[in-house]
Amino acid sequence: MGYSFTTFATGITEQINMKQSPCYHCGDHCDNNVINFQEKIFCCTGCKTVFEIFSKNDLTCYYDLQSSPGAIPKEIEGKYDFLLQQGIIDKLVEFNDDDLQIVNLYIPHIHCSSCIWILENLNKLNKNISLSQVDFGKKTVRVHYNSATCSLKEVVVLLSTIGYEPYISLDDFSTGKKDINRTLTYKLGIAGFAFGNVMFLSFPEYFEVSEFWLEQYKPLFRWLMFSFSLPVVFYASQDYFISAFKGLKAKILNIDVPIALGIIVLFLRSTIDIIFDLGSGFFDSLTGLIFFLLLGKFFQQKTYSFLSFDRDYKSYFPIAITKISKEGVEGPIQVYEIEKGDRLLIRNEELIPVDGILINGKAKIDYSFVTGESEPISKKPGDKLFAGGKQTSGVIEMEAIKTVKQSYLTQLWHNDVFSKVKEDSFTTLTNVISKRFTIYVLSIAFISTFFWLIVDSSKAMNVFTSVLIIACPCAIALAAPFTLGHLLRIFGKKKFYLKNTTVIEQMADINTIIFDKTGTITSNKKSTAIYEGQVLSNDEELLLKNTLRGSNHPLSRTLYDLLKENDIITLDQFEEHLGKGIQALHNNNHIKIGSASFVGETEYSVLNTTVHISSNNTYKGKYIFYNTYRKGLSKLFNKLKTTYDLVILTGDNEGELENLKKLLPVKTKLLFNQKPEDKLEYIKYHQSEGAKVLMIGDGLNDAGALAQSNVGIALSENVNVFSPACDAILDAKMFHQLDGFINASKSGINIVKWSFAISFLYNIIGLYFAVTGQLAPVVAAILMPLSSISIVVFTTLATNFVGKKLE
Amino acid sequence: MSVIYILLSISIIVAIIFFIAFIFAVKSGQYDDSYTPSVRMLFEDELVKEQPNKSTQSKD
Repeated sequence: MGYSFTTFATGITEQINMKQSPCYHCGDHCDNNVINFQEKIFCCTGCKTVFEIFSKNDLTCYYDLQSSPGAIPKEIEGKYDFLLQQGIIDKLVEFNDDDLQIVNLYIPHIHCSSCIWILENLNKLNKNISLSQVDFGKKTVRVHYNSATCSLKEVVVLLSTIGYEPYISLDDFSTGKKDINRTLTYKLGIAGFAFGNVMFLSFPEYFEVSEFWLEQYKPLFRWLMFSFSLPVVFYASQDYFISAFKGLKAKILNIDVPIALGIIVLFLRSTIDIIFDLGSGFFDSLTGLIFFLLLGKFFQQKTYSFLSFDRDYKSYFPIAITKISKEGVEGPIQVYEIEKGDRLLIRNEELIPVDGILINGKAKIDYSFVTGESEPISKKPGDKLFAGGKQTSGVIEMEAIKTVKQSYLTQLWHNDVFSKVKEDSFTTLTNVISKRFTIYVLSIAFISTFFWLIVDSSKAMNVFTSVLIIACPCAIALAAPFTLGHLLRIFGKKKFYLKNTTVIEQMADINTIIFDKTGTITSNKKSTAIYEGQVLSNDEELLLKNTLRGSNHPLSRTLYDLLKENDIITLDQFEEHLGKGIQALHNNNHIKIGSASFVGETEYSVLNTTVHISSNNTYKGKYIFYNTYRKGLSKLFNKLKTTYDLVILTGDNEGELENLKKLLPVKTKLLFNQKPEDKLEYIKYHQSEGAKVLMIGDGLNDAGALAQSNVGIALSENVNVFSPACDAILDAKMFHQLDGFINASKSGINIVKWSFAISFLYNIIGLYFAVTGQLAPVVAAILMPLSSISIVVFTTLATNFVGKKLE
Repeated sequence: MSVIYILLSISIIVAIIFFIAFIFAVKSGQYDDSYTPSVRMLFEDELVKEQPNKSTQSKD
């Protein structure tokens, strides 16, 4: 064995070929069986059917708005039978009355204006649908239909046949209807409304001129301002009081303590001022302060509604599956009702919901959801099947040996890390500053009051309240929301989606980076294969390539793409043996491609995936598949190695050890054969040693590790597809930019610190007026918005500068 | 000079009307999806089309 080595890289000719014939419907390249219809090219009958449906109903505008917007419709026979069950329908529909049913469906494929157009014209395809409305951001469509003449199943099947298959998971079943929280919008509206009106009403008094009419209507204006400020203080600023109270209870001086104190003092002092006619009060500053603070909160609250950062296994699992009763009757069963010993039928492309034993059928299970490994695993009857795998070839029958909640994969979610809220245990920079700040401000207030009590006791109360008013840390409270909010948006544009702004602060703080291997540092799409064995003759290579053409097995597809271009010949005979291999005959030359036992060899290497070849019953050799690592991997590791400890934590065997050693810096730790719990424990242990861990993974098996780490990033080839619970989702294309993102977070923290310095400067000026007892409402009304606005301008400019550096 | 009372009450009533309009707009969900309507607006021409004879494949 091992007479010669031949390496095949991805041929350039292949890529040119891909661009030549994009499918009119979905835009995929049509490699072998091109379908011509009405002078258009389609890659499969599915796409052609969708086009036919659209052209029949005069909906071809779909293709004018955006070229090739569609998706290949999937096989759905029998898949949605469970939607006929009343119990499931009740859980899914939003509204159900007499004839009208309203359902809100999540459709991952929604991506362009064509999608909106076709989905909002569903009534042209089915007359029973009265209205359909798309929410592009959330990727949902809300369908109103007549339940007397049309069922939920029909709606879902219609959507699926036009390539917009809704994603219905166990998650939809358990959560029920979600309320949208709009309180912040209300509060912001009220604060803005009051701020504007109070500003108008307080304007005449700014100039301190004594004028007859002004004097006469002063009380009226003042009491109007008072009434405008009531809803602001008692409704809009509620959250600050609650947060400050919680902070004090936990003996923490968070930023909301001085803010709440400032609001109370502002309100009381102003009210007393107008009651005893001491002045016009600070209602303008009060409403302005709360308006700006809420604006900062609103700005920070940017969420990626189409992404979900807290998915657990429920988002992956189906609601119902087919059960075969003892009498042999097939019927849908809700997955929570599956009991030990139940016979289940798993169709092609369906997910296995519970651990079980394969009874019959050829199982090829794709565990990529779970492990990130894209290669399907073959199973024989009697083998154990684990929940979370997806059947990829034909129908299988299995017997459940556990219930959903006891299955191997789902048990991971019983771990404590999933019930903890990460943000609670992290002290933000703002709160660190606020602790000292509050103490300083209080001491200045008391010292100056004490001073004035001796010098001029009539001014003492005035000074005390003035200090607390002017030192209200509005600008400090705005620095972090605006800086980090900007960064969040800049990252989002670069396809790095963060759950919230705390993640940026945590990321600037890390010192250890842990990578998962399969699917994270290796790419799912391409792999390289090295041939080992006797050199193949030209005829044999021609036959090999043409035999692979006919097979849809993922390994055959990969190998086909890797081999160099050859003529197309017609095979005399072609046979595919599921789970074993393929054989073909051409001009009396016989070829067998597949597993070692299939071609008549004994398997001895189990570490790597191999495809063996024999020609005319003589063994020729094998292709060994190696992972391809992501572009720029070793460059990224070399950049990171100086500042961070790097670790690779993988559930795989050591087959790639040598390859990894060559690629990565010497001091990178490599740990193989790690179970999901092992990964979690490893991180926990290092955190107890003081490590701040950033973990990058992709599969559900990393979910525990991602939750345990300080920052858990899920890497995703396609962000619309599901990723496990995490703090951030990174598009796989941007993987090489990871160091850039971490550095940008650090710069972001520096910007926040600079903003603190600027706001201290304003505070010193303000405190001068306050301590000397000459703080007029007009000074506060100028100084407070000015400091807030300069912070907003500074952070915007500075973060944009940082964003530019990110390429 | 009690006209100022009338002016003040008018201005405040107008302000409150707009404020109530805002609250209703938020409540009806107008602020929930700020993107799709901007695209939907551009479809008006295609949506009106009722006659099936008029060909839409003008671009091909």
